[in-house]
Amino acid sequence: MKPAPFAYYDPASLAEASALLARHDNARLLAGGQSLMPMMNFRYVTPDHLIDLNKIPSLAGIGIADGALRFGAMTRQREIEFSSEVARLCPVIQEALAHVGHRQTRNRGTIGGSLCHFDPAAELVNLTALYGGTLEAESVRGKRVLAFDAFAAGFMTSSLEPDEILTAVTLKPWGLRHGYAFLELARRHGDFAIVAASALLELDPRGRIARAALALSGLGPVPARPEKSIALLQGAEPTREAFLAAAEEAGKIEAMSDAYYSAAYRQHLALVLTRRVLEQAARRAAERSTA
Amino acid sequence: MTQKRRIAVTVNGTRYEREAEPRLSLADFLRHDLHLTGTHLGCEHGVCGACTVLFNGHSARSCLMLAVQADGQEITTVEGLSPADGSLSPLQEAFHEKHALQCGFCTPGILCTVTELLREVPRPDETQIRECLSGNLCRCTGYQPIIEAVLLAASQLEPGIKDEDGRV
Repeated sequence: MKPAPFAYYDPASLAEASALLARHDNARLLAGGQSLMPMMNFRYVTPDHLIDLNKIPSLAGIGIADGALRFGAMTRQREIEFSSEVARLCPVIQEALAHVGHRQTRNRGTIGGSLCHFDPAAELVNLTALYGGTLEAESVRGKRVLAFDAFAAGFMTSSLEPDEILTAVTLKPWGLRHGYAFLELARRHGDFAIVAASALLELDPRGRIARAALALSGLGPVPARPEKSIALLQGAEPTREAFLAAAEEAGKIEAMSDAYYSAAYRQHLALVLTRRVLEQAARRAAERSTA
Repeated sequence: MTQKRRIAVTVNGTRYEREAEPRLSLADFLRHDLHLTGTHLGCEHGVCGACTVLFNGHSARSCLMLAVQADGQEITTVEGLSPADGSLSPLQEAFHEKHALQCGFCTPGILCTVTELLREVPRPDETQIRECLSGNLCRCTGYQPIIEAVLLAASQLEPGIKDEDGRV
């Protein structure tokens, strides 16, 4: 399996990359290559121009600005997996990254590549939905900032224009005592999840749920944030009953079917995994509030 | 721009200068252009892990990289894991000892992956080894002897100690 011929460019700056992307039709950006290269090897994707972003240092790295974690789009999944700042501020990301492919693919794969590929089951897409992250894009026409919901256009599709490059993803961490959990079910370690669920919980001084977030992947073309479940949790005691009620709402979200897994099975997984991530997040929130 | 590019790549400590078409994979470059056929190609779409090499010290699937991306970079293949005198590295010895290969097709990729693991986690437990090996498919052994070999190699290593060439 070999890719069809293409012209290759490895610009050293974002401005140069934007100019190349604006100038060429049927061009693709190469980030970590862990999804694009297989598609090119199969000739599912046959770009005439391949613009490699790996030589642009300004696109990689993790920074903190105004209390938010900002990931350059070319930051490798590996760097996020082993970052002490991420461990401190957003530990759920590292829990989720353990499910992303394998060591060899995380060494190359990037956060921006994963978001632009926008697989409905991708863990980093799920987390960006969970946090309601913001995405920065740049083209020769200028810069813009998108909320996750505006970025999420549909199945494997972001709302970026053909001449735009994703440059960064920003997530706003919760308080240091928040509870968190990420769980998914896949047939084999490293496979795409059938359904994945993530949760963040903050407890008030009386032990009630002050704030909750949930994101579910594998049900529809983009991650779901079950508003009804979150509304039920707001102000509730973190009990098994409260979590089950929230999970039952999550299990009612419309789900897709494919040749392997029915919609009903995915909804069942949504219910079970939502309950489990809420229980685990609550346990951790309780532990961290007494720590 | 589809024409060939001149690239300089350091593989196992030797610098090679060659011309490469942009679509040439790093794996094919290693095998066909440099005749380093120790790196095996199984699926050619990033699933089997047979083509794993160390790219600037980190394991990566060479079927998912382009030769032109290796310009100016350092690569270690299975040929670079053993000492120059042709003897086996401690990890390779352990694979021999524990019969951790049968057909041997997946072995080069597994050795490269585990070499990186042992550099970063000198005393991995069985779960860590299994997780690490999830990216390498082996259809012969059932993995058990491979895990035993990695545990054996790890037990023989002083944490953080490598030989003079940085081999584990």
